Amino acid sequence: MALVAMHGIRKAFNAVPALVDASLEIEPGEVMALVGQNGAGKSTMIKILTGAYRRDEGTLTFDGRPVDFPNPGAAQDAGISTIYQEINLVPHRSVAENVFLGREPTRLGFIDWRRMNREAEAALARFNVSVDVQAPLSTFNAATRQMVAIARAVSRKARLVVMDESTSSLDEREVATLFDTIRTLKRDGVSVLFVSHRLDELYAVCDRVTIMRDGATIGVHPMSAITKMDLVTAMLGRALAAAEHRLHDAPPHKAGAPIVEAAGLARGRRLRDVDLAVHSGEVVALAGLLGSGRTETARVLFGADRPEAGSLKLDGRDVAFGEPSEAIEAGFGFLSEDRKIEGIIPDMSVAENLTLALMPRLAKAGVIDRAAQREVVNRFIRRLGIKLASPDQKIRELSGGNQQKVLLARWLAMNPRLLIVDEPTRGIDVGAKADVLTMIRELAGAGLGVVMVSSELEEIISLADRVTVLSDGRSVRDLHAGEIDETSIMAAMASDVPTTGAPHG
Amino acid sequence: MTAVAPAPARRTLRNPRAMARWGVVLALVALILFGWARYDNFLSEYNILSFLRYNSMFALIALGMCFVIITGGIDLSVGGVAALGSVVAAYASGYGLAAGVAAGTGAGLLAGLINGLVVTRLKIAPFIATLAMMLAAYGTALLLAGNQSVSVSWDTAFITFGQNDFLGFPIPAWVMLAAFVIGWVVLEHRPIGRRILAVGGSEDASRLMGLSVETILTGVYMASGALAGLAGVILAAQFGAGQPTEGVGWELFAIASVVVGGTLLTGGVGSVAATFAGAMLLALLFNVLNFENGKGWISLSAYWQSVIRGAFLLLFVLIQARIATGEEDD
Repeated sequence: MALVAMHGIRKAFNAVPALVDASLEIEPGEVMALVGQNGAGKSTMIKILTGAYRRDEGTLTFDGRPVDFPNPGAAQDAGISTIYQEINLVPHRSVAENVFLGREPTRLGFIDWRRMNREAEAALARFNVSVDVQAPLSTFNAATRQMVAIARAVSRKARLVVMDESTSSLDEREVATLFDTIRTLKRDGVSVLFVSHRLDELYAVCDRVTIMRDGATIGVHPMSAITKMDLVTAMLGRALAAAEHRLHDAPPHKAGAPIVEAAGLARGRRLRDVDLAVHSGEVVALAGLLGSGRTETARVLFGADRPEAGSLKLDGRDVAFGEPSEAIEAGFGFLSEDRKIEGIIPDMSVAENLTLALMPRLAKAGVIDRAAQREVVNRFIRRLGIKLASPDQKIRELSGGNQQKVLLARWLAMNPRLLIVDEPTRGIDVGAKADVLTMIRELAGAGLGVVMVSSELEEIISLADRVTVLSDGRSVRDLHAGEIDETSIMAAMASDVPTTGAPHG
Repeated sequence: MTAVAPAPARRTLRNPRAMARWGVVLALVALILFGWARYDNFLSEYNILSFLRYNSMFALIALGMCFVIITGGIDLSVGGVAALGSVVAAYASGYGLAAGVAAGTGAGLLAGLINGLVVTRLKIAPFIATLAMMLAAYGTALLLAGNQSVSVSWDTAFITFGQNDFLGFPIPAWVMLAAFVIGWVVLEHRPIGRRILAVGGSEDASRLMGLSVETILTGVYMASGALAGLAGVILAAQFGAGQPTEGVGWELFAIASVVVGGTLLTGGVGSVAATFAGAMLLALLFNVLNFENGKGWISLSAYWQSVIRGAFLLLFVLIQARIATGEEDD
């Protein structure tokens, strides 16, 4: 008998249907993959299963009993642990508190701090994470926070663990550790619902796959019985094939004059010695493990942090940006890694979000020229193929991929010379991913210089004209066209990694 | 993966919030030393005890406010609720001490419950919900009192709650200390305290982690209301009358105490002990100004004192903000 059985699930938000006829069955001890484009309804489905949303119609049984979880607490009590896509923890509180929030070990009604800290350490040790569990969560990077979320979920002794894009901020070793844990869970009879956009991961760890499209479940297959191509085709129809085609058809680039040349950039322990040059019309990828200094380099380039050492040249002249506004003035744009925190303003409309940086230029005598704003907005919505009901829609209602496109448009509207993109495709689906990459390629073709920080080798290989590989805060290799392949990038990334301890954290 | 793990001792020093908390304690100590050096009777038993007796009301309200602000909310109704509590307590004082205390505190609890329900069920912003409650509480207090102060019963032991001592220490001060100790234990050592902090840190995350956010928030507003009601009881017992027009500006004193103690107005971070120090600091500033007037060098009206307190508050918060950003640049 299935542990979870969901059938005929329907759910609409403000009369806009998100799920029309979705179903999902998970057997005990099974690792089930749930795939689909963004907007296919995966997250909604998960939130219904875990009590964050209530369904409009349909049946949900857990362990043979019909259930209707009124809130996430009820689902957790029933044995469903969830690791959400956006890391949902409390930044100001300590690691241990985050692991145990809601079920703190107590003695005589008082929190047993020693036991709590000890058990939190033990829970994290399972994932080879060794941190000061009394330190506030906000002092750790995204990967560590993700591991804390995972430790929290797994330590609850759940019967079903739901992992919604849990690997998107982890590096390969951490992913491997996570997979080990999933296998352990499976051996203990715990079921796992695994959502990921990285297809290789599905094949590595999942037993079966449930495919969703447009709010409905369109197929369930054993992983061993479906090829990658068939899986992607089922998810997207023919959209992907076309997108891939566009990407490879793009004309070969001709790099122009250098825009930025950085030498010996250093800041703190994360950034020790980085050289980097970007020419117009060129996509330069910053590759490296998490914590190798990629994001730090991007932030220094953009003036978000000041370098402690090193030089930065713009068009051959020395320059020091004190603040991002000076970099923007110089024609830089920065698409940050963390959409939710640093990018979008969730309750403002798509139009407002898109023109946020452009506002000063749209103003006539201090008043926003609505017609001009509308013109810019419509132009970019068309150009980037942003899917929305109306430009006046709140941006938080858009899927991750479309939000990313709006942010990309925000910078493009500024007509930049250099665009820095940090993990441009994180958490967005394969179709939107191809769109975003194609767009970046086209922009470079039109003379824009692009610095791309990415954890996904596939993405780097398909897009970059040049790859600067970072390791432990240093630029260790510059790979040019013809040398860019998985082996050489990985070799360079590994070249300077100390064998004991990790270079990042 | 190895994460940055500073030694515990250094962490405190590097934590700007912790520094802000120490700042308020240092300022408090400095002000006490200043008063001791400058005024003859500053550290006299009489001054200390009457200071504690009078300011216990404000400290109690600051304690409730501390919890509300930690959740990211605000309670503007505390002054009105205290006035209401004092009137209700005065009427109930004829039935004895316990009845008066329970009735006044209960009135506050009820007001807090309504605040909590309006915030969590009707989804009204705390600022608006408690502003409405402030008006409603003053209105109710004035209606009950018939637009005048209500004398407490002198036949029962009620006034001892405000005017008598226990073990040589004013009863209101005992009540205040007990409330702060309980508040500290709850926030730092009981699971509910960590959940209150968590809700303030991220409501969404807390909900997804299975916390009952609505219950926690409602409870916090109830606590704030009950403490305001209790402050009203002390007011009535201390001055012998329920005072429907008292309490104006008390919410600002409470908010200022909490902020001076380094608690974030955005929620998620806060300290009961630092709130206590903050309340004492602001109250002591008044005390010092009174002594200064007594010296005869200058004569400051209450209005000027208010201006000086405002300026001091601004200066203090400014310094704290500087410390915090300076640390973060590190």
